[in-house]
Amino acid sequence: MVRRIAGLARIEVDDEKLPKLAGELSAILGFVEQLSEVDTTDVKPYTSPVEMQIKARADAVTDGGYPEDILANAPEKDDGYFAVPKVVE
Amino acid sequence: MGQDTELTALTLSQARDGLRAKEFSARELTQSFVDRVAASEKLNAYILQTPERALEAADQSDARLGTDDARPLEGLPIGVKDLFCTNGVRTTACSNILGDFTPTYESKVTENLWADGALMLGKLNNDEFAMGSSNETSAFGVCLNPWRAEDGEPLVPGGSSGGSSAAMAARLGLAATATDTGGSIRQPAALTGTVGLKPTYGRCSRWGIVAFASSLDQAGPITRTVRDSAIMLASMAGHDARDTTSVDMAVPDYEVALTGDVRGLRIGVPREYRLDTMPSEIEALWQQGMDWLRDAGAEIVDVSLPHTKYALPAYYIIAPAEASSNLARYDGVRYGARKMGVDIDDMYARTRGAGFGDEVQRRLLVGTYVLSAGYYDAYYLKALQVRRLIAQDFENAYQNCDLLLTPTTPSAAFGLDKGEADPLEMYLNDVFTVTVNLAGLPGISVPAGLDAKGLPLGLQLIGKAFGEEELLRAAQVLETAAAFSAAPTEWWTKS
Repeated sequence: MVRRIAGLARIEVDDEKLPKLAGELSAILGFVEQLSEVDTTDVKPYTSPVEMQIKARADAVTDGGYPEDILANAPEKDDGYFAVPKVVE
Repeated sequence: MGQDTELTALTLSQARDGLRAKEFSARELTQSFVDRVAASEKLNAYILQTPERALEAADQSDARLGTDDARPLEGLPIGVKDLFCTNGVRTTACSNILGDFTPTYESKVTENLWADGALMLGKLNNDEFAMGSSNETSAFGVCLNPWRAEDGEPLVPGGSSGGSSAAMAARLGLAATATDTGGSIRQPAALTGTVGLKPTYGRCSRWGIVAFASSLDQAGPITRTVRDSAIMLASMAGHDARDTTSVDMAVPDYEVALTGDVRGLRIGVPREYRLDTMPSEIEALWQQGMDWLRDAGAEIVDVSLPHTKYALPAYYIIAPAEASSNLARYDGVRYGARKMGVDIDDMYARTRGAGFGDEVQRRLLVGTYVLSAGYYDAYYLKALQVRRLIAQDFENAYQNCDLLLTPTTPSAAFGLDKGEADPLEMYLNDVFTVTVNLAGLPGISVPAGLDAKGLPLGLQLIGKAFGEEELLRAAQVLETAAAFSAAPTEWWTKS
């Protein structure tokens, strides 16, 4: 189970760490399980503390034109692009 | 006592007034702090010092001071939590996964501060990605609390803004920026005898702050006085088109709000915050806080927040869920430390396995789990429903009162490795603070007294949304009544 979740989260976890991690996650999930006691029938989910209409802006290009800044922290770059291991064989 | 000692003993407002009156220069003031910060490495509050930048900015401030070009925070040296992106200055959120990330842009909050004339002494330690209550999850190692009990045992400064709180307690700057997702400003302030203000959600722009849980995160100051927090917030707050959740509302002059008059104000005391496990001295301090406010002319009323016990469980679903989405960006492609693999998926997994610490990994796994197919409704949706009930509790309470008074934390500063055996024990630190984030409200911690071991304890005031003026006014009345003047012994400056 932990291995499957770690796979979904794209986190490599050493085998020897799995049992301890499984125990910790079970404890956390057991703790949050308390919520099942609460009657939430017809309660609307709360999605934002700010009760306001989010502002629309003009659909226009307002930023950009500095590829050097964007690439400045890249672990690997090539000719103005981020470089990654080959994705398609 | 030399002049340097005197200058670093000033509060932000005193230093501001002294600079304006030309009692000393911005360079003298800044040099005093630069020297004090350099001698504080045992505390590990600053993980990066920027003395040249600070002194250069001080000279520019000296040229402006005394002219019409002087700005509200002209020449005042402050520290910046490492969660705020600073242009050209390494920003890591105290995580190995960011490596030597050096932003090419500035967070809106720090941009506001520099535009008002403040200057940066360096970057402050925090829990990795702000996930922790003790500063122990930092990739740079724990920051120590300047306060110690008589037995000399090293204590944590709270977290996640532990560098910010320790720096203020040790006078390593006039103010510090911080962030609060579940208590990360108020809890460390309480544990170090300092003032920590978490503003209403939307009051400050989150743009350029490393994201943890976007519906809960909010920036605010940690300072030594309530007045200093008011001054800092006036500069940090404001609308920003780049954060659609920042509100387009005028920023009041918070300092003017500090009239010292709380007559007729109704202070609610939530009965659910009375825990069986709470030390009697915290109970007594809370009672003392009620008496102080009553003596100042406020009325104390009993209120109920019935869903309080479900706040931490809801938080530990919502915050990890949002974090698992926010931290998906750390994959070794665009920035940070990459760990190569046999293919791109393997590269992602190795980069994230090596770069994230244990607590961050735990929370990302919990977040991934509660959002995964088949569990979303049972966990995540349920937590969002409970969050509405918690927010409604506050709305109901505010029908009968203007502010709430609670303890900030269930205990004073504690020793290292408390959460080692059981991560849940660490989570319980935020029991009095986390409700405020879930409801998006403002809250402030004020130093109110010492426990039997001589360690500071804080009281928390909670306000209505965008009620920072009233909140700060009452906080200052509490501060004046408490007359907290204790200071830690300076063990860290000894060689």
